Amino acid sequence: MLGKLTWQAIPFNEPIPLISGFGVYAIVLAILVWVWRKGYLPYLWREWITSVDHKRIGVMYCLLGLVMLLRGFIDAMMMRAQQAMAFHGNGYLPASHFDQIFSAHGTIMIFFVAMPLVIGLMNFAVPLQLGVRDVAFPTLNSVSFWLTAVGALLVNLSLVVGEFSRTGWLPFPPLSELRYSPGVGIDYYCWAIQLSGIGTLITGINFVTTILKMRAPGMGYMRMPVFCWTALASSLVIVAVFPILTATLAMLLLDRYLDFHFFTDTAGGNSMMFMNLIWAWGHPEVYILVLPAFGVYSEVVATFSGKPLFGYRSMVIATMAICIVSMTVWLHHFFTMGAGPEVNAVFGIASMIIGVPTGVKVFNWMFTMYGGRVRFTTPILWSIGFMVSFVIGGLTGVLLAVPAADFQLHNSEFLVAHFHNTIIPGVVFGLFAGYTYWFPKAFGFVLDERLGKWAFWLWVVGFWVAWGPGYVAGLEGMTRRLQHYDNPAWHPWMLLSAVGVLIILAGIAAQVAQLVVSIRTRAARSDVTGDPWDGRTLEWATSSPPPAFNFARLANVTSREAYWDMKQQARTTEQPVAPDVDYEPIEMPRNTPTGFVTAALASVTGFALIWHIWWLVILGLIGAYATFVVFAWRDRTEFVIPAAEVARLDRANRTARAEYIEEPA
Amino acid sequence: MSTEILRAPLDPAGLPHEAALAGAPPRVTGHGAGGPAPKRIVVGYGFWVFLLSDVIMFSSFFAAYAVLFKNTAGGPSARELYDLHNTALETALLLTSTLTCGLASIAVGQRNLKWTQIALACTGVLGVAFLTLEVREFASFVARGAGPSRSAFLSSFFTLVGCHGVHVTAGVLWLGTMMAQFYAKGFRTDIRHRFLCFTLFWHALDIIWVAIFSLVYLVGTLPPELLP
Repeated sequence: MLGKLTWQAIPFNEPIPLISGFGVYAIVLAILVWVWRKGYLPYLWREWITSVDHKRIGVMYCLLGLVMLLRGFIDAMMMRAQQAMAFHGNGYLPASHFDQIFSAHGTIMIFFVAMPLVIGLMNFAVPLQLGVRDVAFPTLNSVSFWLTAVGALLVNLSLVVGEFSRTGWLPFPPLSELRYSPGVGIDYYCWAIQLSGIGTLITGINFVTTILKMRAPGMGYMRMPVFCWTALASSLVIVAVFPILTATLAMLLLDRYLDFHFFTDTAGGNSMMFMNLIWAWGHPEVYILVLPAFGVYSEVVATFSGKPLFGYRSMVIATMAICIVSMTVWLHHFFTMGAGPEVNAVFGIASMIIGVPTGVKVFNWMFTMYGGRVRFTTPILWSIGFMVSFVIGGLTGVLLAVPAADFQLHNSEFLVAHFHNTIIPGVVFGLFAGYTYWFPKAFGFVLDERLGKWAFWLWVVGFWVAWGPGYVAGLEGMTRRLQHYDNPAWHPWMLLSAVGVLIILAGIAAQVAQLVVSIRTRAARSDVTGDPWDGRTLEWATSSPPPAFNFARLANVTSREAYWDMKQQARTTEQPVAPDVDYEPIEMPRNTPTGFVTAALASVTGFALIWHIWWLVILGLIGAYATFVVFAWRDRTEFVIPAAEVARLDRANRTARAEYIEEPA
Repeated sequence: MSTEILRAPLDPAGLPHEAALAGAPPRVTGHGAGGPAPKRIVVGYGFWVFLLSDVIMFSSFFAAYAVLFKNTAGGPSARELYDLHNTALETALLLTSTLTCGLASIAVGQRNLKWTQIALACTGVLGVAFLTLEVREFASFVARGAGPSRSAFLSSFFTLVGCHGVHVTAGVLWLGTMMAQFYAKGFRTDIRHRFLCFTLFWHALDIIWVAIFSLVYLVGTLPPELLP
């Protein structure tokens, strides 16, 4: 009846996951009860859960990413503590548990922190920057978000029901095959990633279509904000490589469920094929994450330097070059496979070449700041911290791209330090910059600057104290994922690294405090003009938070920095930035629970698949088809916002804006 | 009604080009500066992008098949198993179903419900016949001890061809839903948009099948000395 699911799935004999797991569920339950008692549930259902508004979906994505950041960070602290303690001993984590933690840490940080935050910022900012009212497929956008949330749910469920994968953040065979991993850990991993991967693929399709087919009149390709370009490049890579991930995990699942032989190394199977396939997705994936972060830096640096971005055209070319070259470097993840010197040389050179467009970008940001009046706000601090730190991560990457050097450093702590050095200062700092930069647009008040700066300094110092030692230990021969070790040369570095993670913890505490303080004092820090940073792109041309329809009328874009030029023109001609007009009613897509229902069915089906509860799988699939038909059967898919309401909202914002634009001039 | 259709040129999905309809301003500028595209363009474009991603998923399975083709682990090889007569019949059924699907597009363009339903029903019947032949072929392989667990080669064969079969099955379910929608709601704009996507999907499955037919069945039955 319940497949493989029995009481033994609950780890009663392992207190750490049991207590922490039930702790998490207790917190979630408490929040749900509080929401229910306060009577917020109908509001949440109406305004958020069923919402198809790209801004709301973007906020929910970011919320998911930030909550999961805490989960992934707890894993990080546990690992650092283990490696600090496990010199000449076993530490406090048994090997099987340590293995699950490093697997969960990588999986969560990439799929359920970085991806949701990147996609969340894209969702929030791209349609606003393009000057349009929503993405191409609003309902599918909601489906995407909820499928991502299902993946996160399944990964967290494995904490208490069953176990998680022990093979690292990617399930390398033959270790991940049924023979060596008979438990449900790999199945949790695969189904969680399959479901959230479908969500990501739909997002990619949605944004390629949105950016290429839906822009304000006059916004030709060379007038698009750079963040939109990077979102386009990132979405194109998603469309090109996420299907490979789906296919690869499908093959692994077939091996595990139906005794196929893709990667078993028996009956003709070939585990190295998995390495090729998974990295053909996995390497482009890091560019999916970092390109939108580059876009955020571009927006932030231009805005706070008070200058147009230096070398816009070269920035666009560099972005698209990375988009393409990102798909030609995957083999550098396994130079040691033995493909031969010719193959390794080709991929080594390609991996070095991809540093060139990235270098172009770094120079462009520096030249943008050069000669500008830089306002040192939190977002630009994150950007400067990124530039300084990321260059070192890039240099160690070029070093690892040399196959001969890679043979020494493969799977060492040096490698781990390298990719943390690119992902944390590259992606995470960019996401924090974007979070601070667009927060007032989303909620109508500015985040506290003082605590934001504290967070920045603690993070950047903490990062270097935590991962500088990784480089040294790696050069001294320390391999990654060691549950215990006996080499005295490594121990001091691991202790130092643990101190670093505590500094980062203080940084995260500062961020939590920043949010709490800012919400409490929001009345004093509200942004009435919709343009708190003296911005240059169209998202600042509407109120904060924007109305559901974003723009009462679509702007007519005549230049690259659409809103900046509108402001300049308003100042020189002393005309209002947008003249009063007759408003027209606006059609907007209706909210729908399709995304939520799909996700609920997907989580039940995923859980049933993991535990081999076949009748439930069939019910889930029938439910999915039924949802599809019910959704297709809707007669009213849009609602109309009357012209009077549009006029009321827009006129209030225009008055505030006109006063503000006259002041600084 | 017919005169209106004649004035507006038809595109392959049987829908008039929107720009050709009276009153629509010219939208094509070549630099993407014409403002948001009309909904039909957005829907069709998005679905094209989805189809591209689907093709990439198939290409992964093709790659796996190519890598594992010779790894028969002492079991039967492609040449011993494949029956080109059966494949030829499958191909004929699927290609004919594409023709009837195209006829359905024309009928939708003419807003002719009867012929739309007839053409779609034919498409569905041909699709089901194709699936029947495929399932029969799979069953005969398994009966001969050549199931997917026998060797890596057979694993990749069943996955690649089976994935196409799963797509056809989904297509048949979608087709049934489309017929029901035309019956219940008529030729509403959003339903015509969906139908446009359905036809694209069905034709794309045919293209994938052409690749399977050529690269799996035709190459698989070549004499060994002709194989690389």
